[in-house]
Amino acid sequence: MTDVTLAPAAAASRRNWSHFALRWTLFTLLGLFALFYLMPLFVMITTSLKSLEEIRTGSLIAFPREVTFDAWRTAWSEACTGIQCEGLRPFFWNSVVIAVPAVAISTMLGAANGYVIAQWRFRGANLIFSLMLFGCFIPFQVVLLPMARMLGLMGLAGSIPGLIFVHVIYGIGFTTLFFRNFYVTIPQDLVKAAKVDGAGFFRIFWSIFLPLSLPIIVVTVIWQFTQIWNDFLFGVSFSQAGTQPVTVALNNIVNSTTGVKEYNVDMAAAIIAALPTLLVYAVAGKYFIRGLTAGSVKG
Amino acid sequence: MAPILDITNLRKNYGATEILKDINVSIEPGDFLVLVGPSGCGKSTLLNCIAGLEPISGGQIEIGGRDMTHVSPKDRDIAMVFQSYALYPTMTVARNITFGMKVRGADAATQDRKLQEVAAQLQIEALLDRRPGQLSGGQRQRVAMGRALVRDPKLFLFDEPLSNLDAKLRVEMRTEIKKLHHNLGATMVYVTHDQIEAMTLATKIVVMKGGVVQQIGTPAEIYNKPANLFVADFMGSPAMNLIPARAEGNGEGTRIEMDCGGSAPIVLKDSRATGLPQDVILGVRPEDIAEAGFRAGEGVQEAACLIDMVEPAGADTYVVSNLGGKQVTARLHAETRAQPGQMLDLAFDLSKVSYFSPATGERLN
Repeated sequence: MTDVTLAPAAAASRRNWSHFALRWTLFTLLGLFALFYLMPLFVMITTSLKSLEEIRTGSLIAFPREVTFDAWRTAWSEACTGIQCEGLRPFFWNSVVIAVPAVAISTMLGAANGYVIAQWRFRGANLIFSLMLFGCFIPFQVVLLPMARMLGLMGLAGSIPGLIFVHVIYGIGFTTLFFRNFYVTIPQDLVKAAKVDGAGFFRIFWSIFLPLSLPIIVVTVIWQFTQIWNDFLFGVSFSQAGTQPVTVALNNIVNSTTGVKEYNVDMAAAIIAALPTLLVYAVAGKYFIRGLTAGSVKG
Repeated sequence: MAPILDITNLRKNYGATEILKDINVSIEPGDFLVLVGPSGCGKSTLLNCIAGLEPISGGQIEIGGRDMTHVSPKDRDIAMVFQSYALYPTMTVARNITFGMKVRGADAATQDRKLQEVAAQLQIEALLDRRPGQLSGGQRQRVAMGRALVRDPKLFLFDEPLSNLDAKLRVEMRTEIKKLHHNLGATMVYVTHDQIEAMTLATKIVVMKGGVVQQIGTPAEIYNKPANLFVADFMGSPAMNLIPARAEGNGEGTRIEMDCGGSAPIVLKDSRATGLPQDVILGVRPEDIAEAGFRAGEGVQEAACLIDMVEPAGADTYVVSNLGGKQVTARLHAETRAQPGQMLDLAFDLSKVSYFSPATGERLN
């Protein structure tokens, strides 16, 4: 307590100064961390805009002397994935065709499951919920063989519907968890009131619960889209030539080049493969944060 | 008149726990039935059973002469107002009110006409385009009532509809519900834990405790002739004085003797009571004890008591003394000269008292 002996004004200025210093240390540190995390992205972007010549001669972290989008064009439509040389384009489309229905179906099923488990308590509801939760923690690798057999039996092996099926099944655990936790915060009186009003199971879901669910739908869609778009293991295991998702194609582009490694093409391809998830987060990110805290405020 | 709601031998269990035990209640069209009791007494469960929102374990529920025991809520011709209001948060007030009609397939013109009627009745015309989140508690309450009114049901069910409102609004809405009942001539079943609400609203009260009906009767019957110690204690504010006493019958009535903290016991003579056991509990309402000289009539007996405390409450003054080891409250006129620590002659109106058995708690007279 040395401050006691100082004049009040001096003490105040000293406190101000230390406050100021602390602030700046904090911001500097945070800035450094941010730079550190952004470094790889910076390298990826600059490298993708350089020519091979410049990559070979220049420094890794230098800005491109001459900006060229050749590598992007190559990655999108010309790069070879094995014997095929059509770039990422067809595989990007595969991923879209897999991810969009898989996200939509798993979100809808999750909403319906969550609604039933949270609001229509039946004997064994908790057990079923626990089992679904357990499903979230089963590693992908464990289900590969049984799933392959299953897809074979269903006649979906190596097909895009097969991959959609796998992602839906694997996603239900998470989507159910999200919706159940959201719906559990909605008072049961709402269902009772609607029942007395004459509404049935589906009517209540459609007219009352779904309109309330926008925040949690956004959370679920972001989560599911990121999971499914970024998936590699299922993609590589359950696809065949022509049905591979973009992540598998990216791997093939990077690993199947012969001769000189085209780092600029690899980097451009990696960014293209990552763009949709970035985009989804940028567009819906604020709802994501809101959704995670939703339920605390009831209308 | 045939009863509009007839509940016979209703039982409800959750696993091995009995929530409701052998409930028998029946009301006529136009009745205002209030189910009252402390929390956990099963009154809300009973209401949910009437609504069909909870399956029952045994017995029968008839509404409007039809057996509704296994009919789903939407076909019971009922409407319900919830404690939490349970308004649909994403719908406007107008859509909240018309949702039931829409579900049942009423045409748009009818929906609109009834909406306007109800909105006018409850004075919520200005709120129709708002969402529940933009309304105050009292306004939400009105909308919730509107949603019930618009349906014209055989039976209105209210589940503690006023307990989320502040004290002033609660009294206002209470009056309004009473007025509504009067104007509509509707039949209502109303759950509350507030005995004043029960007294003011009901034409018939069911007092419950632990899933068992304690007493069914008009407010006056419940108040003046409580069936047991629980009802006596629960209904009325301040509560009925329940004083342990010794009774001794002789030819022309009964001699009642109560200990009076320190001084000589008080002795009263009740000429009507006969056949009381030796130990009784005397139940006397605070307003049936007056200052000597201010109450006359057959059955009024005077005795001097030591006053422990004087609590002026404006219109009345409450004085507390100690009888039979219990604090006994008397409601005196405002200008009483009673002083704490002094003796005062009190007049007990024995024509109004109740006697209870200390062993069973049941009423004896």
